[in-house]
Amino acid sequence: MNNVNDTLIPKVGVITDVRIDTPDIKTFRVVTPDGKKAFDHMPGQCAMLSIPGVGEAMFSITSSPTNEEYMEFSIKKCGCVTDWLHNAEVGQQITIRGPYGKPFPVDDVFAGKDLLFIAGGVGLAPLRSVINYCRHYRDRYGKIDIVYGSRSKDDLLDYQEIINEWSTDSGVNVHLTIDNPQEGWDGHVGFVPTYVKELGFDTNKVAVLCGPPIMIKFTLDGLCEIGFDKTNVYTTLELRMKCGVGKCGRCNVGAKYVCKDGPVFRCDELEELPDEY
Amino acid sequence: MRKCSLDKLNLIFAEIAKDAALYLPADQTDGSAAYKKWEEGTALSDALNTVRSPKDFFFPQTEDLMKFKTQGKNIDIIDIRTALEDFVIFGVRACDVKSFDILDRVFLTEPVDSFYASRRSHGIIVSMACTRPSETCFCKTFSIDPANPAGDVSAWKSETEIFFEANTQKGEDFLNKISSLTEECDDTLVATQKEAINKIMDKLPLKNLDTSAFGGGKTNELFDSPAWAELSQSCLGCGTCTFVCPTCQCYDIKDFNTGNEVIRFRCWDSCMYSDFTKMAHGNNRLTQKERFRQRFMHKLVYYPENNDGLFSCVGCGRCLAKCPISMNIVKVMKKIGGNKSE
Repeated sequence: MNNVNDTLIPKVGVITDVRIDTPDIKTFRVVTPDGKKAFDHMPGQCAMLSIPGVGEAMFSITSSPTNEEYMEFSIKKCGCVTDWLHNAEVGQQITIRGPYGKPFPVDDVFAGKDLLFIAGGVGLAPLRSVINYCRHYRDRYGKIDIVYGSRSKDDLLDYQEIINEWSTDSGVNVHLTIDNPQEGWDGHVGFVPTYVKELGFDTNKVAVLCGPPIMIKFTLDGLCEIGFDKTNVYTTLELRMKCGVGKCGRCNVGAKYVCKDGPVFRCDELEELPDEY
Repeated sequence: MRKCSLDKLNLIFAEIAKDAALYLPADQTDGSAAYKKWEEGTALSDALNTVRSPKDFFFPQTEDLMKFKTQGKNIDIIDIRTALEDFVIFGVRACDVKSFDILDRVFLTEPVDSFYASRRSHGIIVSMACTRPSETCFCKTFSIDPANPAGDVSAWKSETEIFFEANTQKGEDFLNKISSLTEECDDTLVATQKEAINKIMDKLPLKNLDTSAFGGGKTNELFDSPAWAELSQSCLGCGTCTFVCPTCQCYDIKDFNTGNEVIRFRCWDSCMYSDFTKMAHGNNRLTQKERFRQRFMHKLVYYPENNDGLFSCVGCGRCLAKCPISMNIVKVMKKIGGNKSE
């Protein structure tokens, strides 16, 4: 019996680095006790992290699969498990299982296309994985545009990486915005959906959206207004999950399970689901 | 087909119990029946069915999954799964036997749930035809024949005798073990009994309940029905329907700190509960209307959509008998399905 793997039984992981990104988001680096990556994944997939006695929760894997040394998780402090993690120090062991869910179609649908990534707040976490994957295999994709917004300058996730790496890549354009004017910020001010419309992208590309539900809704409407077809827009959902494999019933919406049929959905597929996500 | 006199049933039980734990419906002091481990003197109940469904045998109400030992920053994960022994569930009604197929499609689909799979592979199911179906029964709505229950072995009981027929290899082996206590017979008496059962079925009040308004692909048609608000208005969100339901399989995973170790266990949960979908950033089903709708849409639309049209209800009638406000799937089917379900 003990040699049968069960998806509910996790592995031990070790936090080897904690980066403070914003006042309420930290990025945790995780490897196995022997220093390896816990498992391989594709951009958009998730992992279950837990602290025994505290709880288990699903997080998107923010590092790219092309990082062969470790995995990273950008986690916003907002509940039991995340509060505990925010207090954890380097060397702390946690448990990890996965990968779960359907990834972004980076190797087929995205291949050869111009890409537009749009993120709000901690919504950049799942997109960072796919952005860095596409940057790694740069010649497989066309032009890349990244629109990223948050409440303030201090709430921008991965700011150093965005400025030092993404902004300096050829063929990658980064458009940052914050909600309200702030001292020391000379960039764009305004909400993401409006900014996307102002930028007015040509529609012959694939768009990937992630952020708070309200931002996703208005940005999707904005994209449709400037001529995008929903079949070219992808997003990733988040619902409460326990098993991660479509059995515990928690993330069931219509005939889909967000953990296994998602979390990545094409916006026209999403429209077919009852409005319960 | 094999048969034996009912006087010898106790000898059969004793023979089975030699190599496997034997569970059967037994009468309790309050007049209801519950599955009980057989010991000398335990008699098979004549009750139509047990209050709780037999899903506990494969999917227990609570089940330990693993343990953790933590020391400082370190964690040890301890696999506590052990090899199971064979067990026999004797006297399972046709509806409940069908419920195992419905659970199988959840737990045995890749990735297989090893906890469920292990129990399932060690269990032998001996079903029992229903001689007295009652007014809360509607298994026929879901094409289940109470006169022909499935399982590894099917059994029929008359006033004086019990008849057995094997349906699987496990069932053949089971009958071989008790062959010295049974004798070969033809199926004349069983055929008569089947006819009698079908006559009763034709008189039951729910005999015309039909499913044509439901099934895969009906989400858009049914989801926004105004009837959900009215139907769910009195729902207490107590979850009794989910707990007595043989096919409800939603679960929670929780940790329990004993003081020197942490036990991670899973337990039944209910989509009827207000915190089922509650997470740090909000709740996608805010009122009982949405939670109520989820339970029935899942059984009548979502599950069939993913499982070749199979409904996730077996018409056992437990929710009809146990709901404290007398709401149930039959009322939902009639109201939401409109005239088609009458």
